[in-house]
Amino acid sequence: MRDLSAARCLPLVSASTVLHALPPATRYVLRGGAEVRAAAESAVGCGIPARACRATLEGDRAALWLGPDEWLLIAPEPPPGGLAAGLSEALEGLAHSLVDVSHRQSALALSGPQATTLLAAGCPLDLDTSAFPVGMCTRTMLAKAEVVLWRTGPQVFRVEVWRSFVAYVSQFLGEAARGII
Amino acid sequence: MNEGLRTREGGRIDRSRGLHFSFDGRAYTGVAGDTLASALLANGVHLMGRSFKYHRPRGVLACGAEEPNALVAVRRDAARYTPNLRATQVELYEGLAAHSQNRWPSLAFDLGAVNDLLAPFIPAGFYYKTFMWPRRAWQWLYEPRIRAAAGLGRAPTEADPDRYASRYAHCDVLIVGAGPAGLAAAAAAAASGARVMLCDEQNEFGGSLLADDPRAAAAIEGRPAPQWLRETSAALGSNARVTLLPRTTAFGYFPHNLLGLNERLSDHLADPHPDLPRERQWQVRAREVVLATGAIERPLVFPGNDRPGIMLAGAARTWLNRYGVLPGTRAVVVTAHDEAYPAALELQAAGVFIASIADVRARDDGSWAARARAAGIPVLTRATVLGTGGRRRVNSILLAQLEGGEAGAQAQPCDLVLMCGGFTPSVHLFSQSRGKLCWDEGLQAFLPGTPAERVRSAGACRGVFALDAALADGAAAGAAAAREATAPARTGVCPSGAAAAAAAPPAAGGGAGFAGALPQPAGARGRAFVDWQNDVTTGDLALATREGFRSIEHIKRYTTTGMATDQGKTSNLNALGIVSCTLGKPIPEVGLTSFRMPYTPVSFGSFAGPARGELFDPVRTTPMHEWARARGAVFEDVGLWKRARYFPRGAEHMHAAVGRECLAVRNACGIFDASTLGKIEVVGKDAVTFMNRLYVNAWTGLAVGRCRYGLLLRDDGFVYDDGVVARVSENRFHVTTTTGGAPRVLAMMEDYLQTEWSDLKVWLTSTTEQWAVVAVQGPKARAVLAGLVDIDLAAAALPHMSVALGRISGVPMRLFRVSFTGELGFEVNVPADFGPAVWEALWDAGQAHDITPYGTETMHVLRAEKGYIIVGQDTDGTVTPDDAGLGWAIGKNKPDFVGKRSLERPAMTSPQRRQLVGLLTTDPQVVLEDGAQVMAQAGARAPARALGHVTSSYHSSVLGRSIALGLVAGGRARIGETLYVSVPAGDIPVQVASPVFYDPQGRRLHA
Repeated sequence: MRDLSAARCLPLVSASTVLHALPPATRYVLRGGAEVRAAAESAVGCGIPARACRATLEGDRAALWLGPDEWLLIAPEPPPGGLAAGLSEALEGLAHSLVDVSHRQSALALSGPQATTLLAAGCPLDLDTSAFPVGMCTRTMLAKAEVVLWRTGPQVFRVEVWRSFVAYVSQFLGEAARGII
Repeated sequence: MNEGLRTREGGRIDRSRGLHFSFDGRAYTGVAGDTLASALLANGVHLMGRSFKYHRPRGVLACGAEEPNALVAVRRDAARYTPNLRATQVELYEGLAAHSQNRWPSLAFDLGAVNDLLAPFIPAGFYYKTFMWPRRAWQWLYEPRIRAAAGLGRAPTEADPDRYASRYAHCDVLIVGAGPAGLAAAAAAAASGARVMLCDEQNEFGGSLLADDPRAAAAIEGRPAPQWLRETSAALGSNARVTLLPRTTAFGYFPHNLLGLNERLSDHLADPHPDLPRERQWQVRAREVVLATGAIERPLVFPGNDRPGIMLAGAARTWLNRYGVLPGTRAVVVTAHDEAYPAALELQAAGVFIASIADVRARDDGSWAARARAAGIPVLTRATVLGTGGRRRVNSILLAQLEGGEAGAQAQPCDLVLMCGGFTPSVHLFSQSRGKLCWDEGLQAFLPGTPAERVRSAGACRGVFALDAALADGAAAGAAAAREATAPARTGVCPSGAAAAAAAPPAAGGGAGFAGALPQPAGARGRAFVDWQNDVTTGDLALATREGFRSIEHIKRYTTTGMATDQGKTSNLNALGIVSCTLGKPIPEVGLTSFRMPYTPVSFGSFAGPARGELFDPVRTTPMHEWARARGAVFEDVGLWKRARYFPRGAEHMHAAVGRECLAVRNACGIFDASTLGKIEVVGKDAVTFMNRLYVNAWTGLAVGRCRYGLLLRDDGFVYDDGVVARVSENRFHVTTTTGGAPRVLAMMEDYLQTEWSDLKVWLTSTTEQWAVVAVQGPKARAVLAGLVDIDLAAAALPHMSVALGRISGVPMRLFRVSFTGELGFEVNVPADFGPAVWEALWDAGQAHDITPYGTETMHVLRAEKGYIIVGQDTDGTVTPDDAGLGWAIGKNKPDFVGKRSLERPAMTSPQRRQLVGLLTTDPQVVLEDGAQVMAQAGARAPARALGHVTSSYHSSVLGRSIALGLVAGGRARIGETLYVSVPAGDIPVQVASPVFYDPQGRRLHA
């Protein structure tokens, strides 16, 4: 029997000087109450934010607040040993939902002094650092696609996009860049 | 330079940069800084258009967005052709080619001008009264003819090749209008550190300052006005917290301080870079808005007031001071306001002979009249105009004093008439924001009253006309807006002190002007135009009131006054004045028509933005899309998805390909990409309770590792969605939905969970894109999979409707044994990035078993052979589970589920409801049409009532005949009956049958 466990085929990205695809990652959607958040932290190896629309990043692990009972957990791929087992052990007996969405979405990095200008072509949020500081994240719309937008630096955004929207989002940002970049 | 009417110096133009352009094919020259209108005037061309209805020759009336007459088309190439542009707003560039409109064969000689002679027969609303007979002729003769004759300009037929951009923006203070008040507001707001945006429709900031004679201009903050303008603009431009948007029209004011701005980026350039969008539409969310939109000069309404050469006094001043153009050589001024005097004096100083000033007002003690007389200009008071002469250009005007009547009238030769009826504050955006307008008796104007948004008005748009007062008003508004925008605690929807801000402005220095038609002595003749663009006269308004119209909204629609592309910017208040006078009611009682967006027309491209071509909508493709594309699959759109419809071999057409694919699945094995099916992971300790309440089925008894066909209703009891649901573990369901239904099913689930059942500990996660799904279907499916998976595939170990977790070629997998074909079938779910590799592995393994790729069309035929419904095709939102033959799915012992109560209503259980049945044509080769009506008798004619309709119809290759599904009243009781499907060619007899055409015992399914 052939082993295909390394035979991944990633969605195509229209990359440019300001936009590129980030490597595959392990992703979980964690749902539950405050006790779930607290219990999962040690297993994730990263603080899980209680504050709305904030992300924590510790080493290669990240946790993004997406709702009052919803977090997106991001870890490297392949997942560090014991992550899945540690999570289910930590959450044992607590009302929660943990769903693997590693392949559901891809991550794009958008960077540069024009990053917010390009996003503003399709994202209705205020992206000024006073309103959307480094470390802020949210689910939002970018033109006709739903994305999770996370500001990882003053001029750097991580954009989590559902797989089949990656081509659209990267083309849209490319079109927005014409005449600007 | 050969423009004879260009001054030697002055103006905001660059005489050293000549520009060539053409108008109606004739070559002219202008200079950098010109608009098309100013360049034509410099060449002595006043005739720029023909009026809409009477085709009367028209010249330029105004100098800005309010221009009603000089509508032109600008052509760059066949596709870049823009009609109905105001020549006053078209910036000149080298090679500009403009054309007049609404004339044939030429602007100077227009056959349509016959309408002008017919004018007595085509008054307001004539089309409601004539063309009544013969009645049928309206459709094919009158209306097409009238429509062809009406309309302005023509739309290009080719696709727009330009790019359009979109931009969202946020700011503390958005200021609309960069005249003195707007600039002062921006400077004050920026000084506080606020985020400021300032937009203006013109290419240059300055507003009314641009029309001033710089030698005579007042000082601002101790500097000459031009210097103040330059330095203020520069300071704002260098402030990183300030965004300046020239050539940008704020066209709409939407709730919660969202304003639509249209920025024109390339229309003024001779050779724009291809990367430059033509326009960019901004959607600005502002914490506070300052409207500094100025005021529009009002024309006077007198007989013959529409000839070319008759224009607003302020426009003439602009031509002279901003563009260095003399709009005529011998002028007569008619005014009801002081503002015409400086215009007369400045034009006189520039060399225009001012024959006389006719002031309609009674007083003669003003300092302006004295200055005019001192300059040698005769001033008439209590004057009126009896008429004008000239065809393509005014050549005389008949002035009289009110008391004198026609006897004392004097005709004066002239080639220019300036008029000034006062100023109408531009309250368009304030009114769009739902702010209340108040009539100011002293100013004879509607002014912004109580706001409904966080908006302030400053300067002339709220009746503060004097320059120093407008500057102070703007600065105060800008500072207050910035203060409130950045205040830590903002409350309320309106600015604090809104009432105070709306307090009456200081009395205008120049007088209130005049609204209405100039009084006429008995016997005056000739039409006096109120609305230039729609050719509405005082006579039309009088006719409307004579015919009983009282509401200004009705009068507007009957006469079309104010309904042209300029939306009555120059005409509305005069129309109100006339109606008020005729009805004997004060203006505020007559009322005011609504101001609607857009302020000026906005191109369709601007609204579409980048959403065109490939970016019109996201095109969603599955992980295995490339494989199908490389195999020559024909795709169809399903929602936003591209799905392989069939895989033609060679020159095979769809019918043959689908027939071949169907037989391959029935006889050997097919492989199908089912990745687009919606998938929702329902997880939590109350997951089974949630499923029980939502779906009709009973879930408690579903064992882990088993699947069930789930049916979802709306609360009205009708089928909403369906799909296989697997219980992956005690508290985890893998729910599938239809491809198109995935988002709405998830939304419905969330809705119930958050609003009705917030007590349930269950959470929903969309996993549609987490899994690539490969369906392997057919009698040899098991053999194909056997060598690749670590799961026992025997029927006993993995029966129909079960799920197992395992691996396929080392890749984690959820393996479903399910079938939408009626054959032994599996659906292999793997993490999406592995989809292509797993597909290839199955494809390779299938080679020994004649595996065939099949598409959605084949899937549709296979499921119809088994009588499986497709929600949305065999159901239409009025089908209950029982109608669809799915009553068995309902958990009869459940206390409740969504739609249960509705299903118990008598009408929902009537045996005469339309039920899903099979329809077999007598001639097996006849394939019915989807949607065709099913009748009880042959030869039925309208209004005979149909028993139902055909929902799905195909040729079945395995059965060697056509099959169809249909919804037929009382259908199950009619099995065996002959009914008739009505088509234009006649009636097709059909026999009602069971909807399951193939393997009714399901032996193949359970193989």
